[in-house]
Amino acid sequence: MPSWQLYLFLIPATVYIIIFAYVPMAGVQIAFKNFNFNLGIWGSEWIGLDNFRRFFDSYQFTTLIWNTISLSVYSLLISFPLPILFALVLNSFTGLKFKKIVQSVSYMPHFISTVVIVGMLVQLFNPRTGAFGALYTYFSGELLADAFANPGAFQHLYVWSGIWQGIGWSSIIYIAALSSVDEHLHEAAQIDGASRLQRVRHIDFPSILPTATIMLILAVGNIMEVGFEKVFLMQNELNISKSEVISTYVYKVGLTIGSGDFSFATAIGLFNSLINFVLLIMVNYAAKKFSNTSLW
Amino acid sequence: MSQTKFSTHPTSDKVYYIISGFILTFILIAVSYPLIYVLSASFSSGNAVSSGQVLLWPVDFSLEGYEAVFKNKDIVRAYGNTFLYTILGTLVNVSVVMTCAYALSRPGLKGRGGFMFLFTFTMFFSGGLIPFYILMKDLHLINTMWAMVLPGALSVYNMIIARTFIQSSIPGELIEATSIDGCSDARFFFSFVLPLSKAVIAVITLFSAVGHWNAYFNALMYLNDRSLYPLQIILREILIMNQVDVSMIMDPELQVAKAQAAAVLKYSLIVVATVPILCVYPFIQKYFVKGVMIGSLKG
Repeated sequence: MPSWQLYLFLIPATVYIIIFAYVPMAGVQIAFKNFNFNLGIWGSEWIGLDNFRRFFDSYQFTTLIWNTISLSVYSLLISFPLPILFALVLNSFTGLKFKKIVQSVSYMPHFISTVVIVGMLVQLFNPRTGAFGALYTYFSGELLADAFANPGAFQHLYVWSGIWQGIGWSSIIYIAALSSVDEHLHEAAQIDGASRLQRVRHIDFPSILPTATIMLILAVGNIMEVGFEKVFLMQNELNISKSEVISTYVYKVGLTIGSGDFSFATAIGLFNSLINFVLLIMVNYAAKKFSNTSLW
Repeated sequence: MSQTKFSTHPTSDKVYYIISGFILTFILIAVSYPLIYVLSASFSSGNAVSSGQVLLWPVDFSLEGYEAVFKNKDIVRAYGNTFLYTILGTLVNVSVVMTCAYALSRPGLKGRGGFMFLFTFTMFFSGGLIPFYILMKDLHLINTMWAMVLPGALSVYNMIIARTFIQSSIPGELIEATSIDGCSDARFFFSFVLPLSKAVIAVITLFSAVGHWNAYFNALMYLNDRSLYPLQIILREILIMNQVDVSMIMDPELQVAKAQAAAVLKYSLIVVATVPILCVYPFIQKYFVKGVMIGSLKG
Protein backbone atom coordinates (compact mmCIF):
# COMPACT_ATOMS: atom_id res chain seq x y z
CA MET A 1 0.00 0.00 0.00
CA PRO A 2 1.54 3.31 -1.03
CA SER A 3 2.22 5.69 1.81
CA TRP A 4 1.90 9.39 2.58
CA GLN A 5 5.47 9.77 1.37
CA LEU A 6 4.27 9.43 -2.21
CA TYR A 7 1.94 12.38 -1.74
CA LEU A 8 4.87 14.32 -0.36
CA PHE A 9 6.67 13.57 -3.62
CA LEU A 10 3.74 14.96 -5.56
CA ILE A 11 3.68 18.28 -3.73
CA PRO A 12 6.39 20.19 -5.65
CA ALA A 13 4.98 19.32 -9.07
CA THR A 14 1.38 19.96 -8.05
CA VAL A 15 2.08 23.30 -6.42
CA TYR A 16 4.13 24.30 -9.42
CA ILE A 17 1.50 23.34 -11.96
CA ILE A 18 -1.30 25.08 -10.07
CA ILE A 19 0.62 28.32 -9.76
CA PHE A 20 2.32 28.40 -13.13
CA ALA A 21 -0.32 26.78 -15.33
CA TYR A 22 -3.74 27.10 -13.71
CA VAL A 23 -3.44 30.62 -12.31
CA PRO A 24 -2.55 32.01 -15.77
CA MET A 25 -5.44 30.00 -17.23
CA ALA A 26 -7.80 31.80 -14.88
CA GLY A 27 -6.11 35.01 -15.96
CA VAL A 28 -7.42 34.52 -19.50
CA GLN A 29 -10.61 36.27 -18.39
CA ILE A 30 -8.90 39.61 -18.95
CA ALA A 31 -9.52 39.02 -22.65
CA PHE A 32 -13.14 39.90 -21.84
CA LYS A 33 -12.27 42.74 -19.51
CA ASN A 34 -10.76 46.15 -19.59
CA PHE A 35 -7.68 45.27 -17.57
CA ASN A 36 -6.63 47.85 -15.07
CA PHE A 37 -3.49 47.25 -13.02
CA ASN A 38 -4.88 48.87 -9.89
CA LEU A 39 -8.03 46.77 -9.92
CA GLY A 40 -6.22 43.52 -10.80
CA ILE A 41 -7.46 40.58 -12.85
CA TRP A 42 -10.57 39.92 -10.80
CA GLY A 43 -11.51 43.54 -10.15
CA SER A 44 -11.34 44.86 -13.70
CA GLU A 45 -14.54 45.69 -15.52
CA TRP A 46 -16.17 43.22 -17.94
CA ILE A 47 -16.55 44.47 -21.48
CA GLY A 48 -17.68 41.32 -23.28
CA LEU A 49 -16.29 40.70 -26.74
CA ASP A 50 -15.10 44.24 -27.45
CA ASN A 51 -11.44 43.24 -27.58
CA PHE A 52 -12.19 40.54 -30.13
CA ARG A 53 -14.27 42.86 -32.25
CA ARG A 54 -11.49 45.39 -32.21
CA PHE A 55 -9.09 42.75 -33.51
CA PHE A 56 -11.40 41.52 -36.28
CA ASP A 57 -11.96 45.09 -37.42
CA SER A 58 -8.31 46.11 -37.33
CA TYR A 59 -6.61 46.68 -40.65
CA GLN A 60 -3.90 44.17 -39.72
CA PHE A 61 -6.27 41.28 -39.14
CA THR A 62 -6.11 39.77 -42.64
CA THR A 63 -2.35 40.21 -43.00
CA LEU A 64 -1.66 38.63 -39.62
CA ILE A 65 -3.88 35.63 -40.24
CA TRP A 66 -2.51 35.16 -43.73
CA ASN A 67 1.13 35.43 -42.64
CA THR A 68 0.57 33.04 -39.75
CA ILE A 69 -1.28 30.43 -41.78
CA SER A 70 0.85 30.56 -44.91
CA LEU A 71 4.08 30.33 -42.92
CA SER A 72 2.93 27.36 -40.89
CA VAL A 73 1.32 25.51 -43.78
CA TYR A 74 4.45 25.97 -45.89
CA SER A 75 6.52 24.82 -42.96
CA LEU A 76 4.32 21.81 -42.34
CA LEU A 77 4.28 20.73 -45.98
CA ILE A 78 8.07 20.65 -46.02
CA SER A 79 9.02 19.69 -42.49
CA PHE A 80 6.53 16.87 -42.05
CA PRO A 81 7.38 14.56 -45.00
CA LEU A 82 11.14 15.17 -45.26
CA PRO A 83 12.11 13.57 -41.93
CA ILE A 84 10.01 10.54 -42.88
CA LEU A 85 11.81 10.20 -46.21
CA PHE A 86 15.13 10.73 -44.49
CA ALA A 87 14.35 8.00 -41.95
CA LEU A 88 13.26 5.57 -44.65
CA VAL A 89 16.34 6.15 -46.78
CA LEU A 90 18.69 6.05 -43.83
CA ASN A 91 17.13 2.91 -42.43
CA SER A 92 17.33 1.02 -45.71
CA PHE A 93 20.93 1.96 -46.48
CA THR A 94 23.61 -0.69 -46.07
CA GLY A 95 26.80 0.99 -44.86
CA LEU A 96 26.49 0.84 -41.08
CA LYS A 97 29.34 3.20 -40.28
CA PHE A 98 28.27 5.79 -42.81
CA LYS A 99 24.72 5.60 -41.47
CA LYS A 100 25.94 6.31 -37.94
CA ILE A 101 27.93 9.33 -39.10
CA VAL A 102 25.03 10.79 -41.08
CA GLN A 103 22.71 10.24 -38.14
CA SER A 104 24.98 11.81 -35.53
CA VAL A 105 25.75 14.83 -37.68
CA SER A 106 22.12 15.38 -38.57
CA TYR A 107 21.10 15.58 -34.88
CA MET A 108 23.61 18.24 -34.05
CA PRO A 109 21.87 21.40 -35.25
CA HIS A 110 18.89 20.57 -33.04
CA PHE A 111 20.97 21.58 -30.02
CA ILE A 112 21.91 24.97 -31.36
CA SER A 113 19.88 27.84 -29.94
CA THR A 114 17.42 29.79 -32.05
CA VAL A 115 19.44 32.94 -31.49
CA VAL A 116 22.55 31.28 -32.87
CA ILE A 117 20.62 29.78 -35.79
CA VAL A 118 19.28 33.18 -36.80
CA GLY A 119 22.69 34.70 -36.14
CA MET A 120 24.24 32.13 -38.44
CA LEU A 121 21.66 32.88 -41.12
CA VAL A 122 22.47 36.56 -40.91
CA GLN A 123 26.21 35.89 -41.11
CA LEU A 124 26.15 33.18 -43.77
CA PHE A 125 23.82 35.06 -46.08
CA ASN A 126 25.75 38.27 -45.79
CA PRO A 127 26.41 39.19 -49.44
CA ARG A 128 30.01 40.21 -48.81
CA THR A 129 31.40 38.23 -45.91
CA GLY A 130 29.11 35.23 -45.51
CA ALA A 131 29.78 31.72 -46.81
CA PHE A 132 26.83 31.71 -49.18
CA GLY A 133 27.55 35.25 -50.26
CA ALA A 134 31.15 34.32 -50.94
CA LEU A 135 30.20 31.10 -52.76
CA TYR A 136 27.66 32.96 -54.85
CA THR A 137 30.22 35.56 -55.84
CA TYR A 138 32.77 32.82 -56.49
CA PHE A 139 30.55 31.02 -58.99
CA SER A 140 28.55 33.85 -60.57
CA GLY A 141 30.86 36.81 -60.16
CA GLU A 142 27.95 38.84 -58.83
CA LEU A 143 26.90 40.00 -55.38
CA LEU A 144 24.19 37.97 -53.62
CA ALA A 145 21.01 39.94 -52.92
CA ASP A 146 20.47 40.67 -49.23
CA ALA A 147 18.02 37.98 -48.11
CA PHE A 148 17.03 39.73 -44.91
CA ALA A 149 16.00 42.86 -46.76
CA ASN A 150 13.64 40.93 -49.02
CA PRO A 151 10.16 40.16 -47.63
CA GLY A 152 9.70 37.46 -50.28
CA ALA A 153 12.69 35.52 -48.97
CA PHE A 154 11.56 35.47 -45.35
CA GLN A 155 9.38 32.36 -45.51
CA HIS A 156 11.95 30.36 -47.47
CA LEU A 157 14.73 31.26 -45.06
CA TYR A 158 12.50 30.38 -42.13
CA VAL A 159 11.33 27.03 -43.45
CA TRP A 160 14.56 25.74 -44.96
CA SER A 161 16.71 26.73 -42.02
CA GLY A 162 14.14 24.85 -39.96
CA ILE A 163 14.71 21.78 -42.11
CA TRP A 164 18.44 22.16 -41.71
CA GLN A 165 18.03 22.29 -37.97
CA GLY A 166 15.33 19.69 -37.51
CA ILE A 167 15.49 16.98 -40.15
CA GLY A 168 17.73 14.68 -38.14
CA TRP A 169 16.04 15.14 -34.84
CA SER A 170 12.50 14.82 -36.20
CA SER A 171 13.47 11.58 -37.89
CA ILE A 172 14.48 9.89 -34.61
CA ILE A 173 10.98 8.83 -33.81
CA TYR A 174 10.55 7.23 -37.23
CA ILE A 175 13.94 5.53 -36.99
CA ALA A 176 12.86 4.17 -33.62
CA ALA A 177 9.63 2.87 -35.13
CA LEU A 178 11.52 1.32 -38.06
CA SER A 179 13.88 -0.50 -35.73
CA SER A 180 10.97 -2.55 -34.46
CA VAL A 181 9.93 -3.81 -37.89
CA ASP A 182 10.03 -7.59 -37.98
CA GLU A 183 13.06 -8.82 -39.96
CA HIS A 184 11.10 -11.89 -41.12
CA LEU A 185 8.84 -9.65 -43.17
CA HIS A 186 11.84 -8.43 -45.11
CA GLU A 187 13.22 -11.93 -45.55
CA ALA A 188 9.92 -13.25 -46.78
CA ALA A 189 9.51 -10.37 -49.20
CA GLN A 190 13.04 -10.90 -50.50
CA ILE A 191 12.31 -14.53 -51.21
CA ASP A 192 9.20 -13.43 -53.08
CA GLY A 193 11.47 -11.25 -55.18
CA ALA A 194 10.73 -7.80 -53.81
CA SER A 195 13.36 -5.18 -54.52
CA ARG A 196 14.77 -2.93 -51.81
CA LEU A 197 12.59 -0.06 -52.96
CA GLN A 198 9.50 -2.26 -52.92
CA ARG A 199 10.28 -3.42 -49.43
CA VAL A 200 10.66 0.18 -48.27
CA ARG A 201 7.33 1.03 -49.86
CA HIS A 202 5.34 -1.98 -48.76
CA ILE A 203 6.95 -2.93 -45.45
CA ASP A 204 8.81 0.02 -43.92
CA PHE A 205 6.43 2.76 -44.93
CA PRO A 206 3.21 1.16 -43.67
CA SER A 207 4.91 0.28 -40.40
CA ILE A 208 5.61 3.90 -39.53
CA LEU A 209 2.26 5.18 -40.73
CA PRO A 210 0.58 5.16 -37.29
CA THR A 211 3.47 7.15 -35.82
CA ALA A 212 3.32 9.54 -38.75
CA THR A 213 -0.41 10.04 -38.26
CA ILE A 214 0.05 11.00 -34.62
CA MET A 215 2.83 13.40 -35.56
CA LEU A 216 0.64 14.92 -38.24
CA ILE A 217 -2.25 15.44 -35.82
CA LEU A 218 0.05 17.14 -33.36
CA ALA A 219 1.59 19.28 -36.09
CA VAL A 220 -1.73 20.42 -37.48
CA GLY A 221 -2.98 21.07 -33.96
CA ASN A 222 -0.11 23.50 -33.58
CA ILE A 223 -0.47 25.12 -36.93
CA MET A 224 -1.20 28.59 -35.56
CA GLU A 225 1.67 28.37 -33.10
CA VAL A 226 4.42 29.51 -35.39
CA GLY A 227 7.57 29.57 -33.30
CA PHE A 228 7.58 33.01 -31.77
CA GLU A 229 11.28 33.12 -31.05
CA LYS A 230 12.58 32.46 -34.51
CA VAL A 231 10.12 34.70 -36.31
CA PHE A 232 10.74 37.47 -33.82
CA LEU A 233 14.51 37.15 -34.20
CA MET A 234 14.36 37.08 -37.99
CA GLN A 235 12.10 40.09 -38.17
CA ASN A 236 13.25 43.52 -39.26
CA GLU A 237 11.62 46.63 -40.69
CA LEU A 238 12.32 45.47 -44.22
CA ASN A 239 10.58 42.11 -44.04
CA ILE A 240 7.84 42.95 -41.53
CA SER A 241 5.10 42.82 -44.16
CA LYS A 242 5.64 39.05 -44.41
CA SER A 243 7.06 38.30 -40.99
CA GLU A 244 4.49 39.76 -38.62
CA VAL A 245 2.53 36.80 -37.24
CA ILE A 246 -0.05 36.60 -34.48
CA SER A 247 2.38 35.67 -31.72
CA THR A 248 4.82 38.47 -32.49
CA TYR A 249 1.92 40.90 -32.72
CA VAL A 250 0.59 39.79 -29.32
CA TYR A 251 4.00 40.43 -27.83
CA LYS A 252 4.20 43.87 -29.34
CA VAL A 253 0.68 44.91 -28.43
CA GLY A 254 0.94 43.57 -24.92
CA LEU A 255 4.46 43.97 -23.73
CA THR A 256 6.41 46.47 -25.74
CA ILE A 257 7.00 49.64 -23.84
CA GLY A 258 4.44 52.27 -24.67
CA SER A 259 1.57 49.99 -25.60
CA GLY A 260 0.87 47.49 -22.84
CA ASP A 261 -2.68 46.71 -23.89
CA PHE A 262 -2.94 43.52 -21.85
CA SER A 263 -6.60 42.74 -22.52
CA PHE A 264 -6.38 43.24 -26.26
CA ALA A 265 -3.23 41.11 -26.51
CA THR A 266 -4.78 38.33 -24.44
CA ALA A 267 -7.86 38.34 -26.64
CA ILE A 268 -5.72 37.88 -29.76
CA GLY A 269 -3.75 35.10 -28.09
CA LEU A 270 -6.95 33.39 -27.03
CA PHE A 271 -8.40 33.65 -30.52
CA ASN A 272 -5.21 32.01 -31.80
CA SER A 273 -5.35 29.08 -29.36
CA LEU A 274 -9.03 28.63 -30.11
CA ILE A 275 -8.33 28.09 -33.82
CA ASN A 276 -5.54 25.71 -32.85
CA PHE A 277 -7.79 23.71 -30.64
CA VAL A 278 -10.55 23.47 -33.22
CA LEU A 279 -8.00 22.28 -35.79
CA LEU A 280 -6.66 19.68 -33.38
CA ILE A 281 -10.13 18.27 -32.80
CA MET A 282 -10.95 18.26 -36.50
CA VAL A 283 -7.75 16.51 -37.55
CA ASN A 284 -8.00 14.03 -34.72
CA TYR A 285 -11.55 13.24 -35.81
CA ALA A 286 -10.51 12.80 -39.43
CA ALA A 287 -7.58 10.59 -38.49
CA LYS A 288 -9.79 8.40 -36.36
CA LYS A 289 -12.24 8.06 -39.16
CA PHE A 290 -9.77 7.27 -41.94
CA SER A 291 -6.93 5.44 -40.25
CA ASN A 292 -8.10 4.44 -36.79
CA THR A 293 -5.26 6.34 -35.19
CA SER A 294 -6.01 9.19 -32.84
CA LEU A 295 -4.77 11.04 -29.83
CA TRP A 296 -7.77 10.13 -27.68
CA MET B 1 5.72 -6.27 -59.84
CA SER B 2 6.23 -9.31 -57.70
CA GLN B 3 6.69 -11.34 -60.87
CA THR B 4 10.03 -9.78 -61.83
CA LYS B 5 12.85 -12.25 -62.17
CA PHE B 6 15.13 -12.79 -59.22
CA SER B 7 18.29 -12.23 -61.27
CA THR B 8 17.32 -8.64 -62.05
CA HIS B 9 17.07 -7.64 -58.42
CA PRO B 10 20.66 -7.03 -57.53
CA THR B 11 20.83 -4.37 -60.26
CA SER B 12 17.69 -2.57 -59.19
CA ASP B 13 18.86 -2.72 -55.60
CA LYS B 14 22.23 -1.36 -56.66
CA VAL B 15 20.51 1.60 -58.27
CA TYR B 16 18.51 2.09 -55.10
CA TYR B 17 21.63 2.05 -52.95
CA ILE B 18 23.48 4.44 -55.23
CA ILE B 19 20.63 6.92 -55.17
CA SER B 20 20.16 6.70 -51.42
CA GLY B 21 23.92 7.03 -50.98
CA PHE B 22 23.74 10.27 -52.95
CA ILE B 23 20.82 11.54 -50.89
CA LEU B 24 22.54 10.77 -47.60
CA THR B 25 25.81 12.29 -48.76
CA PHE B 26 23.97 15.42 -49.83
CA ILE B 27 22.28 15.70 -46.44
CA LEU B 28 25.59 15.09 -44.68
CA ILE B 29 27.25 17.89 -46.62
CA ALA B 30 24.30 20.26 -46.36
CA VAL B 31 24.06 19.86 -42.61
CA SER B 32 27.76 19.92 -41.84
CA TYR B 33 28.94 22.63 -44.22
CA PRO B 34 27.57 25.60 -42.25
CA LEU B 35 28.98 24.09 -39.05
CA ILE B 36 32.42 23.57 -40.56
CA TYR B 37 32.33 27.02 -42.09
CA VAL B 38 31.53 28.69 -38.77
CA LEU B 39 34.32 26.76 -37.07
CA SER B 40 36.80 27.63 -39.81
CA ALA B 41 35.82 31.28 -39.85
CA SER B 42 36.24 31.47 -36.09
CA PHE B 43 39.88 30.39 -36.46
CA SER B 44 40.63 32.73 -39.35
CA SER B 45 41.95 36.25 -39.33
CA GLY B 46 39.57 39.19 -39.30
CA ASN B 47 40.86 40.28 -42.64
CA ALA B 48 40.17 36.92 -44.29
CA VAL B 49 36.63 36.71 -42.86
CA SER B 50 35.54 40.23 -43.70
CA SER B 51 36.81 39.97 -47.26
CA GLY B 52 34.99 36.69 -47.85
CA GLN B 53 38.08 34.54 -48.39
CA VAL B 54 36.99 31.76 -46.07
CA LEU B 55 35.08 29.10 -47.96
CA LEU B 56 35.83 25.85 -46.18
CA TRP B 57 39.06 25.74 -44.16
CA PRO B 58 40.53 28.46 -41.94
CA VAL B 59 42.40 31.11 -43.89
CA ASP B 60 45.32 32.83 -42.23
CA PHE B 61 44.92 30.94 -38.93
CA SER B 62 44.46 33.18 -35.92
CA LEU B 63 42.84 33.26 -32.50
CA GLU B 64 41.94 36.95 -32.51
CA GLY B 65 38.22 36.15 -32.54
CA TYR B 66 38.50 34.12 -29.37
CA GLU B 67 40.68 36.74 -27.73
CA ALA B 68 38.04 39.32 -28.53
CA VAL B 69 35.28 37.12 -27.07
CA PHE B 70 37.05 36.65 -23.77
CA LYS B 71 38.02 40.29 -23.51
CA ASN B 72 34.39 41.38 -23.76
CA LYS B 73 33.09 41.80 -20.21
CA ASP B 74 29.43 41.52 -21.23
CA ILE B 75 30.01 38.16 -22.84
CA VAL B 76 32.03 36.74 -19.97
CA ARG B 77 29.48 37.81 -17.37
CA ALA B 78 26.56 36.52 -19.46
CA TYR B 79 28.41 33.24 -19.90
CA GLY B 80 28.68 32.89 -16.14
CA ASN B 81 24.99 33.73 -15.70
CA THR B 82 24.00 31.13 -18.25
CA PHE B 83 26.06 28.48 -16.47
CA LEU B 84 24.35 29.35 -13.20
CA TYR B 85 20.83 29.33 -14.69
CA THR B 86 21.51 26.08 -16.49
CA ILE B 87 22.82 24.20 -13.45
CA LEU B 88 20.17 25.53 -11.09
CA GLY B 89 17.35 25.16 -13.57
CA THR B 90 18.31 21.64 -14.56
CA LEU B 91 18.57 20.60 -10.93
CA VAL B 92 15.07 21.94 -10.25
CA ASN B 93 13.64 20.35 -13.40
CA VAL B 94 15.07 16.92 -12.79
CA SER B 95 14.05 16.83 -9.11
CA VAL B 96 10.49 17.95 -9.77
CA VAL B 97 10.08 15.63 -12.76
CA MET B 98 11.52 12.53 -11.09
CA THR B 99 9.65 12.83 -7.78
CA CYS B 100 6.39 13.44 -9.60
CA ALA B 101 7.00 10.67 -12.13
CA TYR B 102 7.84 8.17 -9.40
CA ALA B 103 4.71 8.91 -7.38
CA LEU B 104 2.51 8.71 -10.46
CA SER B 105 4.12 5.46 -11.57
CA ARG B 106 2.73 3.61 -8.56
CA PRO B 107 -0.51 1.89 -9.54
CA GLY B 108 -1.86 1.84 -5.99
CA LEU B 109 -1.72 5.60 -5.57
CA LYS B 110 -5.20 6.96 -4.83
CA GLY B 111 -6.25 9.81 -7.09
CA ARG B 112 -3.62 8.93 -9.67
CA GLY B 113 -5.96 9.49 -12.61
CA GLY B 114 -6.96 12.86 -11.25
CA PHE B 115 -3.36 13.97 -10.89
CA MET B 116 -2.52 12.73 -14.37
CA PHE B 117 -5.40 14.74 -15.80
CA LEU B 118 -4.33 17.82 -13.86
CA PHE B 119 -0.89 17.58 -15.45
CA THR B 120 -1.70 16.52 -19.01
CA PHE B 121 -4.46 19.11 -19.34
CA THR B 122 -1.82 21.81 -19.23
CA MET B 123 -0.24 20.38 -22.38
CA PHE B 124 -3.26 21.45 -24.40
CA PHE B 125 -4.35 24.64 -22.66
CA SER B 126 -2.42 27.54 -21.32
CA GLY B 127 -3.17 31.07 -20.29
CA GLY B 128 -0.89 32.51 -22.92
CA LEU B 129 1.73 35.18 -22.81
CA ILE B 130 0.04 38.06 -21.02
CA PRO B 131 -1.59 36.26 -18.07
CA PHE B 132 1.74 34.53 -17.49
CA TYR B 133 3.49 37.87 -17.50
CA ILE B 134 1.01 39.25 -14.95
CA LEU B 135 1.65 36.19 -12.77
CA MET B 136 5.41 36.72 -12.90
CA LYS B 137 4.88 40.33 -11.96
CA ASP B 138 2.55 39.47 -9.08
CA LEU B 139 5.06 36.95 -7.76
CA HIS B 140 7.80 39.61 -7.95
CA LEU B 141 9.95 37.34 -10.09
CA ILE B 142 10.64 40.00 -12.71
CA ASN B 143 14.29 40.95 -12.76
CA THR B 144 15.43 38.09 -10.59
CA MET B 145 17.34 35.01 -11.60
CA TRP B 146 14.30 32.92 -10.68
CA ALA B 147 12.62 34.27 -13.79
CA MET B 148 15.12 32.11 -15.66
CA VAL B 149 14.85 29.08 -13.41
CA LEU B 150 11.23 28.63 -12.38
CA PRO B 151 9.08 28.94 -15.54
CA GLY B 152 9.01 25.49 -17.05
CA ALA B 153 10.24 23.78 -13.86
CA LEU B 154 7.94 20.89 -14.67
CA SER B 155 7.91 19.64 -18.21
CA VAL B 156 4.85 17.41 -18.38
CA TYR B 157 6.24 15.73 -21.47
CA ASN B 158 9.45 14.75 -19.67
CA MET B 159 7.43 13.65 -16.67
CA ILE B 160 5.41 11.27 -18.83
CA ILE B 161 8.61 9.87 -20.39
CA ALA B 162 10.06 9.28 -16.91
CA ARG B 163 6.87 7.79 -15.54
CA THR B 164 6.55 5.36 -18.42
CA PHE B 165 10.20 4.44 -18.06
CA ILE B 166 9.88 3.72 -14.33
CA GLN B 167 6.72 1.71 -14.89
CA SER B 168 8.18 -0.42 -17.62
CA SER B 169 11.68 -0.97 -16.27
CA ILE B 170 11.25 -1.34 -12.51
CA PRO B 171 9.30 -4.49 -11.65
CA GLY B 172 6.45 -4.23 -9.16
CA GLU B 173 7.79 -7.30 -7.35
CA LEU B 174 10.83 -5.30 -6.34
CA ILE B 175 8.65 -2.78 -4.52
CA GLU B 176 6.69 -5.53 -2.80
CA ALA B 177 9.79 -7.42 -1.77
CA THR B 178 11.52 -4.38 -0.35
CA SER B 179 8.42 -3.09 1.42
CA ILE B 180 8.12 -6.43 3.21
CA ASP B 181 11.67 -5.85 4.39
CA GLY B 182 10.51 -2.51 5.80
CA CYS B 183 11.73 -0.22 3.03
CA SER B 184 9.74 3.03 2.88
CA ASP B 185 8.58 4.61 -0.39
CA ALA B 186 11.07 7.41 -0.01
CA ARG B 187 13.97 5.06 0.58
CA PHE B 188 12.89 2.93 -2.33
CA PHE B 189 12.99 6.01 -4.52
CA PHE B 190 16.49 6.99 -3.53
CA SER B 191 18.10 3.56 -3.38
CA PHE B 192 16.32 1.79 -6.23
CA VAL B 193 14.39 4.08 -8.57
CA LEU B 194 17.07 6.72 -9.08
CA PRO B 195 19.97 4.30 -9.71
CA LEU B 196 17.84 2.19 -12.06
CA SER B 197 16.59 5.22 -14.00
CA LYS B 198 19.98 6.52 -15.08
CA ALA B 199 19.10 6.36 -18.77
CA VAL B 200 15.97 8.45 -18.48
CA ILE B 201 17.58 10.85 -16.01
CA ALA B 202 20.39 11.38 -18.50
CA VAL B 203 17.96 12.22 -21.27
CA ILE B 204 15.88 14.58 -19.12
CA THR B 205 19.01 16.25 -17.82
CA LEU B 206 20.20 16.84 -21.36
CA PHE B 207 16.83 18.17 -22.55
CA SER B 208 16.56 20.52 -19.57
CA ALA B 209 20.13 21.67 -19.79
CA VAL B 210 19.82 22.41 -23.50
CA GLY B 211 16.60 24.29 -22.83
CA HIS B 212 18.17 26.45 -20.13
CA TRP B 213 21.39 27.00 -22.02
CA ASN B 214 19.47 28.17 -25.07
CA ALA B 215 16.76 30.09 -23.18
CA TYR B 216 16.20 33.47 -24.64
CA PHE B 217 12.53 34.30 -24.43
CA ASN B 218 12.23 34.45 -20.63
CA ALA B 219 15.18 36.78 -20.44
CA LEU B 220 13.67 39.02 -23.09
CA MET B 221 10.40 39.18 -21.19
CA TYR B 222 11.38 39.23 -17.55
CA LEU B 223 14.87 40.68 -17.26
CA ASN B 224 15.96 44.24 -17.87
CA ASP B 225 18.96 44.37 -15.59
CA ARG B 226 22.02 43.91 -17.78
CA SER B 227 24.01 42.19 -15.07
CA LEU B 228 21.47 39.36 -15.06
CA TYR B 229 21.44 38.83 -18.82
CA PRO B 230 22.11 35.31 -20.03
CA LEU B 231 24.34 34.57 -22.99
CA GLN B 232 21.55 34.34 -25.56
CA ILE B 233 20.49 37.97 -25.05
CA ILE B 234 24.04 39.16 -25.59
CA LEU B 235 24.29 36.86 -28.60
CA ARG B 236 21.24 38.49 -30.09
CA GLU B 237 22.68 41.96 -29.61
CA ILE B 238 25.93 41.02 -31.28
CA LEU B 239 24.91 38.49 -33.92
CA ILE B 240 21.56 39.80 -35.03
CA MET B 241 21.27 43.42 -33.99
CA ASN B 242 24.90 43.99 -34.83
CA GLN B 243 25.66 45.96 -31.70
CA VAL B 244 29.27 45.17 -31.09
CA ASP B 245 30.87 47.51 -28.65
CA VAL B 246 34.19 47.55 -30.43
CA SER B 247 35.86 49.69 -27.82
CA MET B 248 35.59 46.76 -25.45
CA ILE B 249 37.03 44.30 -27.90
CA MET B 250 40.48 45.44 -28.84
CA ASP B 251 43.42 47.39 -27.57
CA PRO B 252 43.53 51.00 -28.76
CA GLU B 253 46.51 50.44 -31.04
CA LEU B 254 44.51 47.98 -33.06
CA GLN B 255 41.77 50.46 -33.91
CA VAL B 256 42.06 49.84 -37.63
CA ALA B 257 41.28 46.19 -37.22
CA LYS B 258 38.11 46.80 -35.23
CA ALA B 259 35.55 46.17 -37.93
CA GLN B 260 37.38 43.05 -39.02
CA ALA B 261 37.68 41.89 -35.45
CA ALA B 262 33.93 42.31 -35.05
CA ALA B 263 33.42 39.98 -37.98
CA VAL B 264 35.52 37.12 -36.55
CA LEU B 265 34.22 37.78 -33.07
CA LYS B 266 30.78 36.72 -34.26
CA TYR B 267 31.96 33.34 -35.49
CA SER B 268 34.08 32.69 -32.42
CA LEU B 269 31.14 33.66 -30.27
CA ILE B 270 28.89 31.16 -32.02
CA VAL B 271 31.45 28.44 -31.36
CA VAL B 272 31.96 29.42 -27.73
CA ALA B 273 28.21 29.55 -27.14
CA THR B 274 27.46 26.23 -28.80
CA VAL B 275 30.38 23.95 -27.97
CA PRO B 276 29.46 23.19 -24.32
CA ILE B 277 26.13 21.68 -25.38
CA LEU B 278 27.55 19.81 -28.36
CA CYS B 279 30.20 18.33 -26.04
CA VAL B 280 27.62 16.77 -23.76
CA TYR B 281 25.43 15.20 -26.34
CA PRO B 282 27.61 12.37 -27.73
CA PHE B 283 27.65 10.85 -24.25
CA ILE B 284 23.91 10.80 -24.04
CA GLN B 285 23.16 10.06 -27.67
CA LYS B 286 22.71 6.35 -27.10
CA TYR B 287 19.73 7.05 -24.83
CA PHE B 288 17.92 9.32 -27.31
CA VAL B 289 16.10 6.77 -29.36
CA LYS B 290 14.97 4.88 -26.30
CA GLY B 291 13.85 8.01 -24.48
CA VAL B 292 12.04 9.49 -27.43
CA MET B 293 10.37 6.20 -28.25
CA ILE B 294 9.10 5.57 -24.74
CA GLY B 295 7.83 9.10 -24.43
CA SER B 296 6.05 9.38 -27.72
CA LEU B 297 4.71 5.98 -28.52
CA LYS B 298 3.51 4.77 -25.17
CA GLY B 299 2.92 8.11 -23.46
